[in-house]
Amino acid sequence: MSEPATPLRILVCVKRVPAPGARITLTADHSAIDTKNLGFTTSPHEECAVEEAIRLVDNHGGSATVLTLGPAESDEQLRYAISVGINKAVHVTNPALADGVDWDPQATASALADAIASIEADDGAFDLILFGNESADSGGFQVGVRVARKLGRAIVNGIKGIEIGVSGDGHATVTARRESTSGFEVYELALPVVLGVKEGLNLPRYPTLPGRLRSKKAEVAVHTADPVLGGLVTENFDNAAELVVQTTMLGNGEQAAPAIVDLIERLGLL
Amino acid sequence: MNEILVIVEHDRGEAVETSYQSIGCARALLAAGVGTSVTAVLIGGEADGLVTDLGAYGVTKVVQVHHAELTDYAPEAWGEAVAELIAARAPAAVVATGTDRGNEVLAYAAAIADLAFAANVTEIKHAGDASLDLTRARWGGSLLEQSKLIASVYVLSGVAHVFSGEPSPDDVDTVAAVEVVVADLSENAARTRITDRVTLSSGITLTTAAVVVSGGRGVGSAEGFAPLVELAELLGGAVGCSRVVTNNGWRPHSDQVGQTGKRIAPELYIACGISGAIQHWVGMMASKHVLAINTDGEANMVGKAEYAVIGDLHKILPAVSAEIRKRRSA
Amino acid sequence: MSNDFPTSASVVVIGAGIVGNGVVGHLAELGWRNIVQIDKGPLPNPGGSTGHASNFIFPVDHNREMAALNLDSQRQYIEMGVNTECGGIEVARTPERLEEFRRRMVSAKNWGIDARLVTPAEIKEMVPFINDEILLGGFYTPSVSVVDSLRAGTIFRERAQALNALETFANVEVLDIETVDGRVTAVVTDRGRIEADHVVICVGVWAPRLAAMAGTEIPLTPAVHQMIDVGPIPVLEETGKELGFPIVRDMDTFCYERQSSGSMEVGSYAHRPIFITADDIPSIKESRLSPTELPITMEDFDPQLEQALELMPDILATAEIKYAINGLLSLTPDGFPLIGETPDVKGLWAACAIWIKEGPGAARMLAEWMTHGQPEVDPHQSDIARFYKFARNDHHVRARCAEHFNKTYGIVHPREQWASERDVRTAPYHDRTEALGAVYFLAGGMERPHWYESNAALVEKYGVVDRPHEWDRRWWSPIINAEHLALKESVGMVDLAPFVVFEFDGPGTKDYLQGLTVNNVDVAVGKSVYTPLLDVNGGFRSDLTMLRIAENTYRVMTGAFDGPRDAFWFRKHLPEDGSVHFCDLTSSYVTIGLWGPNARNVMSKLTTSDVSNEAFAYGTTQEVLFDSIPVRLFRISYVGELGWEIYAQTEHARAVWDKIAAAGQEFAIVPVGAGVYGTTGRLEKGYRLMGSELDGEYTVVEAGLHRPKVKSADFLGKAAYLKHRDEEPAAILCTLTVEDHMSERDAILRYMVGGETITTPDGNRIVDSKGRVSVVTTAGAGPSVGKFLLFAYLPPQHAVVGNELQVYYMDEFFPVKVAVAGSTPLFDPTDARMKG
Repeated sequence: MSEPATPLRILVCVKRVPAPGARITLTADHSAIDTKNLGFTTSPHEECAVEEAIRLVDNHGGSATVLTLGPAESDEQLRYAISVGINKAVHVTNPALADGVDWDPQATASALADAIASIEADDGAFDLILFGNESADSGGFQVGVRVARKLGRAIVNGIKGIEIGVSGDGHATVTARRESTSGFEVYELALPVVLGVKEGLNLPRYPTLPGRLRSKKAEVAVHTADPVLGGLVTENFDNAAELVVQTTMLGNGEQAAPAIVDLIERLGLL
Repeated sequence: MNEILVIVEHDRGEAVETSYQSIGCARALLAAGVGTSVTAVLIGGEADGLVTDLGAYGVTKVVQVHHAELTDYAPEAWGEAVAELIAARAPAAVVATGTDRGNEVLAYAAAIADLAFAANVTEIKHAGDASLDLTRARWGGSLLEQSKLIASVYVLSGVAHVFSGEPSPDDVDTVAAVEVVVADLSENAARTRITDRVTLSSGITLTTAAVVVSGGRGVGSAEGFAPLVELAELLGGAVGCSRVVTNNGWRPHSDQVGQTGKRIAPELYIACGISGAIQHWVGMMASKHVLAINTDGEANMVGKAEYAVIGDLHKILPAVSAEIRKRRSA
Repeated sequence: MSNDFPTSASVVVIGAGIVGNGVVGHLAELGWRNIVQIDKGPLPNPGGSTGHASNFIFPVDHNREMAALNLDSQRQYIEMGVNTECGGIEVARTPERLEEFRRRMVSAKNWGIDARLVTPAEIKEMVPFINDEILLGGFYTPSVSVVDSLRAGTIFRERAQALNALETFANVEVLDIETVDGRVTAVVTDRGRIEADHVVICVGVWAPRLAAMAGTEIPLTPAVHQMIDVGPIPVLEETGKELGFPIVRDMDTFCYERQSSGSMEVGSYAHRPIFITADDIPSIKESRLSPTELPITMEDFDPQLEQALELMPDILATAEIKYAINGLLSLTPDGFPLIGETPDVKGLWAACAIWIKEGPGAARMLAEWMTHGQPEVDPHQSDIARFYKFARNDHHVRARCAEHFNKTYGIVHPREQWASERDVRTAPYHDRTEALGAVYFLAGGMERPHWYESNAALVEKYGVVDRPHEWDRRWWSPIINAEHLALKESVGMVDLAPFVVFEFDGPGTKDYLQGLTVNNVDVAVGKSVYTPLLDVNGGFRSDLTMLRIAENTYRVMTGAFDGPRDAFWFRKHLPEDGSVHFCDLTSSYVTIGLWGPNARNVMSKLTTSDVSNEAFAYGTTQEVLFDSIPVRLFRISYVGELGWEIYAQTEHARAVWDKIAAAGQEFAIVPVGAGVYGTTGRLEKGYRLMGSELDGEYTVVEAGLHRPKVKSADFLGKAAYLKHRDEEPAAILCTLTVEDHMSERDAILRYMVGGETITTPDGNRIVDSKGRVSVVTTAGAGPSVGKFLLFAYLPPQHAVVGNELQVYYMDEFFPVKVAVAGSTPLFDPTDARMKG
């Protein structure tokens, strides 16, 4: 495969999500996650999308833009993306957004699609738009698809391998791999296209000190959006029932080896 | 009232356990008063053969969707096909199992039909007038969301392994009526399709292994995985790991078990030096038996496991492997 | 899990960080058995501050007690085999920091720690990746080390377990600490209730929550210390070691750079103070890392990134920030640890707000205290009983911690005053002193004039010479010396409102006090007693004055700095039969001093009572009237002049101040600040001060405060006191004069501030036979004797009048001479001025 003629324009859509511990604490009324002592991060699938965009630009030239819909605090995730090597950032926001207050998937998708359309109208179309397969927190599994449809582009989810190339007729293409139970499915797609990626696509880098400092000074374009409400309304949350198990101690140290093998034998796995 | 459309997922005509769980989800909808009958949807002529079984699951009608482009899996084409059925038949609901494909197809269909979509439902609670109260899984299942789906057609997927994928005892002899629909797909529909497949070389994979020997931060290094690999090989199992391990570059991501890695359900999961963060737990909680090996007797994983051994995995695992060899040679 | 959770213990130690583990180890070694240790987290890292500590020890500290704890801890870590010496360089980017390093040289010499000043080129040689162009120099300590504090904790526990002294239970949460009649009785946990007479709180950041369960306070706040881990860095990886280079402390940016195998840890004390409450610390399950490793607020760290890049550009420019936390540690209002028995609850002990560098030493201190009643290292600075009520709440703790957090690596002057929590304790006549231009220093949190700007003209009148170096002059004024001379010439009035006043009455009072005091308190009504109070080892616990104002009533005056400790000591020893009633009257009385040759003339105008020497002898007390206002007079002096301490009820104090000022007018009375009272006047008279000259490590005999005879009554510390009287003192408190102030380096006169080393003529520090070092305990002018004076303990062979020695100040030696060996005043040795 040869190189595409023009540099790539890549957009990565990310979401700011809480980074909880082994137990997610809810507010007293169960209306939200208690984020008082939580840090926030970029949804893990999207960290890989950011990393992939940086690598693709490194290898093929072009530029990568990160975009988020979220509260003012999401600026942190945009700058993080810049700190690891993304070139530009766009913040779609609304004063009503806050940590723990999401828009529903339809409202989110339409705000994103409008913002992307407006950026493309000004600067030209993106060759590749990357989403995470699903967000770590709300797990809606649909925003990328809805945005792709609104933009009239194809999307494939679950992508764990991306290669840019040129098709026989000279168009830029992407070869995307998706994991299946027995291996990988391969999709060959013409650009422009949208991909929903999964963690495992790559190992994201951390920011360098100069990267972090550069990100502080970067300009973030801000778009405001109003929600067009959809039909999935979150009412409140519950913790999944905690597993209560009586643990059987098989022993301490290597002396426990026979007991472990007994167990394996009992389960018929020897 | 009208029918519930159920996507019976297949890969080139092959159905798997989860394929039928969408029907269990549809039955939960029926029980809540949504719809009056279950119609299974088989996309692509390759799946025609699946029709014979479906009556036993309580399906009264099967729609076979045919089109020249509907050969192998193609998300956009499948999504368009489902959207077309929604437009043509005005079903009460459309249901799939919350697998990669199930969620993807329904997302496409919902986007095209401009309907809301609730992914990974764990419980259907109450049907109101044009609204449905349900519970969804968030954070990989560690958090439950109570939500309301407001739509003319309820589009939803059920979390895998939550709803029954077994035949319905009352319907053993039911034979479903078959209807063939030729889809009218857009010219774009075929642009996202599987063009090739790459098969993994080894026979036993993490997702299919009966025994998984998995390591976490406590393993300490890439080299530290040697005794895990040895034990896994002895037992014909696979090696797994937690997220910190892949982040440290000790094991490939394909070995990662957890919210952003693989969801597995082996007979025995041996967790070595894994603290048991929720993000990991949701990936292996379906295991039939869990053995934790940890220096820290108070680690989360030890508390949650059915069996535990306290001590250094680097001493214990070689001793276990030696013991197995001894017994086998005896 | 087993259900054999204990129902009783001799002591319950809560916490399994470096402190809790050290405490169980040392208690076991000192003979304690049936120790139960619990922690709510898992072992070996239960999730407290120990778990994320950077674990390094820079042993040099200006403070003797802290240096002693550092050195003892380092010795213990070495003995356990968990100490890795890597050396440490503190680097200077500013001239002020270089001067501070010269001062550090003095502290290093004091505590016998090898250290040297290094040039930027020498720093570069040791740390090749450092940017030496921005550095002015460094302070290198070869013995700086990194320790494995988790391993040390395990070793401590194992040692206690080997003695069959300890049971440790992890994952046990404390729900309540039960008390009955002010005594701890039990700890209630989620696994059961444990009865115990002694409970030790070693839970660091969670201490306020546990203290509240017992109905008391442990004044600390959890505070953020930011840390990032940057890597991989090839030059560090190539060392193949955890530490291949010295630790660098970039002192002027309040940051450190510590190698951790292939990466560099950068820690900061430069960011804004970030506090949370103990109740807001997330649980173990809620925490992504650990409860004390909170998500970093990166914007607070950004300025330090730039500074770190500037310092180590070659290695930090390409490395990635792999790990970054807002780590929690404990801060106290004055920056010192909280060790000892809590003043409100008997049997409830604390060892909190302790860093890795001092952990094992602090643990030993507490264990010795619990076992013997007094630790080997004097716990004066760390004593948890040191706080007034107003200093034991979250507001005060946060205000002070916010002020000193950024001074963690700061340059703090020995006389430095707090800027926060001012004007929370003021004298009733505060407006009067304010109008006189008082410059206030805090005494027990109270605003006390140190000098008065209204006396500025006296500087010229008395020809007082100023100090040319800014450091020597900081928190000082030549007005102090002028006030001294004015008082000695005529008369001065001194605001002593912070004085702490206790009253004891009841039939058992005399016997109770006899049991605590060295000197006989069975004196006639109206007479006074000055006396030391000793600990069991015969070290100073306190020194104070008692007035017998009725047969069964004593009034006790003690210094503002030790008021809470003294109140705790007295209350702790009250007889249980109720025969003595203790009352803290500090807020009921205000003390004003009136001294000078004209003091009697002024007093004669204030009262119609006979104040002649015959009617009102030195050392006696009487109640008189100033017009209609009753006041108690006590003929005593801490400045060596004729006069009285005047005690007025608080509501009369302002009127009394005005009456004294008015009566003194014709004698040109001057308001005189504590600069005279606490330093110049005191030095000339050889008066010792608790906390400076007097502490638990020196004896009454060494301080020169022993009397010819010993009273027959038994008293606390008597056995040790008798022993000390029988043996040759290992040191004698001396007054030295500085013979030449000229600095060769600076070509100006330099004036010591206290804490300097006394050395032999060849520059060696002087260590007595008990291993104690001769260090300046107080430094200041003697305006009446025309000399600059130093107090220091010297071994007998050096404590000879006329002996020529040196004082080591700012890395330079100045000649000094022993002027007095013992307690004889340098000025007016016969006390004629005071007693006439």
